Amino acid sequence: MNQALLDKIESEQYRKGATEFGVGDTVRVHTKVIEGDKERIQIFAGVVIGRRGHGLNSTFTVRRISYGEGVERIFPVHSPRIDKVEIERRGSVRRAKLTYLRQRIGKGATLVKEKEGRVAPVAAK
Amino acid sequence: MLGLLGKKLGQTSVYDARGVLVPVTIVLVGPNRVIQTKTVESDGYNAVQLGFDDQKEQRVTKPLMGHFKKFTAKPTKRVSEFRDFTLQVKPGDVIGPGIFAQGDFVDAIGITKGRGFEGVMKRHNFRGGDASHGAKGWRRRSGAIGQRLFPGTVMRGMKMPGHMGQVRRTAQNLQVIQVREAENLLLIKGAIPGSNNDYVIIREAKKLPKGSPRAKRRLEVQSAAQAAPAAKGKPAAAAPAKAEAKKK
Repeated sequence: MNQALLDKIESEQYRKGATEFGVGDTVRVHTKVIEGDKERIQIFAGVVIGRRGHGLNSTFTVRRISYGEGVERIFPVHSPRIDKVEIERRGSVRRAKLTYLRQRIGKGATLVKEKEGRVAPVAAK
Repeated sequence: MLGLLGKKLGQTSVYDARGVLVPVTIVLVGPNRVIQTKTVESDGYNAVQLGFDDQKEQRVTKPLMGHFKKFTAKPTKRVSEFRDFTLQVKPGDVIGPGIFAQGDFVDAIGITKGRGFEGVMKRHNFRGGDASHGAKGWRRRSGAIGQRLFPGTVMRGMKMPGHMGQVRRTAQNLQVIQVREAENLLLIKGAIPGSNNDYVIIREAKKLPKGSPRAKRRLEVQSAAQAAPAAKGKPAAAAPAKAEAKKK
């Protein structure tokens, strides 16, 4: 009974109508940044190189090259600080974690685009 | 002093209004049934007796059942008294998490998990011995426990191995993150003594953090009581004055 209750409290906080994305996708993460008493949207764009955890504790890692330097940011999937996640491009990958991208630079780090037909339309939960 | 009997259900985390993930303990705090109210006139002190966790009549001891019957109260597994209850209640009333509000500070009292017979490293956070440099058989020991011929005895209260846990402990000044009246739940920030499904007491924080709204309100109430003419007689007026002095 307790576990059911914990699940209920956690699931109440899940993001509703979120876009489904996977490892290898190039995304634009819209994060809410609070400056003083104002709130604005900041965008972090890059490749999703991994997802971990489940439920409320799940996070995903986005990697991008910023001014020639690799930058990775970890976002909690259900954080209310994330406004939305836009998918720019779906990538076809054969790994769950794309750590090998850290060794690649330039064109070598570009993932093969997933064929249109293979993208299974994921029903929003 | 407000208080409730409850049951620790488990821990999880919730996002607050600012989007910060806060660790919380979920406590079931209702229904709390008011069994008896005590007053200075009848019992020599003010208190409210609460019962929590309903029980079948045949499973309650006969003396306790007699007590429930005296006040025509429903039998409960747990009965506890709270001194100087600030909420006006009468026997038969049912109270729950609603007596607390989001942002309030509370103390949580429970029996800590029993650890059995534990060594000094776990029990008293001793360092133990070296892990290497030829250390042998001295990795988790305490070292010397005394001096020489003088004093020739081990000091009282020396920290040694022994039974750990299963003692009543109070976690002070925990913030109420959510109040869920429909489900009789309180979500309290941080950890609470005891294992899941253990009974706990949630009461108004005795030593409120300075500057919290509740602390200010309590000060106001106290100063107002002080300003009022001693209608209740001298001993009653002296008590809040003492509390005031303690605060300063």
